[in-house]
Amino acid sequence: MEPVEKEVLTAVQNPMLPLIFQVRSRKQETNDTFTLEIEPLDSKSEFKFLPGQFNMVYVFGVGEVPISISGDPSKKNRIMHTTRMVGIVTKAMGKLKKGDLLGIRGPFGSSWPVDKCSGCDIVIVAGGIGLAPLRPAIYYILSNRERYNRVILLYGARTPDDILYKNEIEKWRSRFDFEVYVTVDRGISGWKGNVGVVTTLIPRAPFEPENTVALVCGPEIMMRFTALELIKRGVKENNIFLSMERNMKCGIGLCGHCQFGPVFICKDGPVFSYNQVKDLIFKREI
Amino acid sequence: MAVETLERLLAEHPFFKDLKKDYLSFIVGCARNAFYKPGEFIFREGEEAQEFYLIRDGKVALEISFPGKKPVIIQTLESGEVLGWSWITPPYYWHFDARVVEPTRAIAFDGKCLRNKCEEDHSLGYEILKRFITVVEQRLQATRIQLLDLYGAS
Ligand SMILES: Cc1cc2nc3c(=O)[nH]c(=O)nc-3n(C[C@H](O)[C@H](O)[C@H](O)COP(=O)(O)OP(=O)(O)OC[C@H]3O[C@@H](n4cnc5c(N)ncnc54)[C@H](O)[C@@H]3O)c2cc1C
Ligand code: FES
Repeated sequence: MEPVEKEVLTAVQNPMLPLIFQVRSRKQETNDTFTLEIEPLDSKSEFKFLPGQFNMVYVFGVGEVPISISGDPSKKNRIMHTTRMVGIVTKAMGKLKKGDLLGIRGPFGSSWPVDKCSGCDIVIVAGGIGLAPLRPAIYYILSNRERYNRVILLYGARTPDDILYKNEIEKWRSRFDFEVYVTVDRGISGWKGNVGVVTTLIPRAPFEPENTVALVCGPEIMMRFTALELIKRGVKENNIFLSMERNMKCGIGLCGHCQFGPVFICKDGPVFSYNQVKDLIFKREI
Repeated sequence: MAVETLERLLAEHPFFKDLKKDYLSFIVGCARNAFYKPGEFIFREGEEAQEFYLIRDGKVALEISFPGKKPVIIQTLESGEVLGWSWITPPYYWHFDARVVEPTRAIAFDGKCLRNKCEEDHSLGYEILKRFITVVEQRLQATRIQLLDLYGAS
């Protein structure tokens, strides 16, 4: 599999100038995570994105943060962002309500190689909030299901209460052509699913390693252990893709904030093949 | 169940993959077929660890209970996995409860019987311990990763 191509679809003329979007709806997903559905205020704008890309989301008067797009790429102008409230900007974003405005620059960055893996098994491995950047890829794959062989989702969360998109996961689970395995670190009596970290699902998941493309997203440490387990199972290094995160400012390769060794996460990533980043993710100082 | 059939089931289980046929025939006398219904406890914390189990299919939760609180599931085990190693090391007591989540078929091994066979034939003993060490190493690794709080940290 070729390394991910940089495919940037920029909706705005000037990538430093935010477009104004309006909140259509807000959904609380878990205790600390919510999803905003937003649309451009100017109905003439056309916003398209590829699965895996992100936006720079500007909360007026507070600040700007990179957030992956978590909605369906086939639905133009209906943009979703699933965000965990961790600090100043994401907490302010969490307070936005229907009708509120926010600034969007994007979409930026590389995408999951969903178009380049026809005929192969697809294994999607998500940890925690990492399911959000993968959801557009899932929508794309399911609406082009005939192009792929087996499609498997392995999803790990801290506890049953931290599982994102619960209803949607149940719907996916009921399909015959999508195998979904969810595991939590700690279950309580009554939890019928798996307990154990997401990496423990890899040895028993039913895929053909030589013919598998893996899309992995979650905290970096989870992606490291996942990549090693996939390689142990026989998945080729250049068929494993990870979505990396670093602090960002410009989002378009100008400021150097997101530098990761020789690459910039914002313009060369965030989606990289394991081959591209393996020498960097195991280095302490990077 | 006929001993030959049980021997075939042993040979098919990943834990005994490629174990010499002579060894399988030697140890099959320590094994029995077992079936457990959801909600049933295969063993309870503090009980004597007399057996271990090769899960053929189903799902079992390892739980710890605390006074006045709901029990916490710390791991689930499924088809192809091994349940229990407290039978190998003294004082042979279980450290967790094993509660059946889904109907489970397993091969139960009499720990004392197998320990005696391993004492009788140290090459077999070495083979069995190597296999258990691999399982213990995988579980230790998984537990370490679990301690890192993988999904919370960035
Ligand atoms: C390409 C890309 C895509 C992203 N996609 C998403 C997404 O879809 N959903 C989402 O919720 N987040 C996503 N993030 C992370 C998000 O950008 C950060 O959580 C956000 O920038 C934090 O800003 P803040 O002002 O709220 O927190 P700050 O005030 O900057 O930080 C507050 C505290 O949060 C911690 N923190 C900062 N960043 C993170 C982080 N990434 N994870 C955990 N803790 C953090 C800081 O260490 C600090 O302790 C993405 C990041 C990148 C680079
Ligand atoms: S954020 Fe400025 S170079 Fe990447």
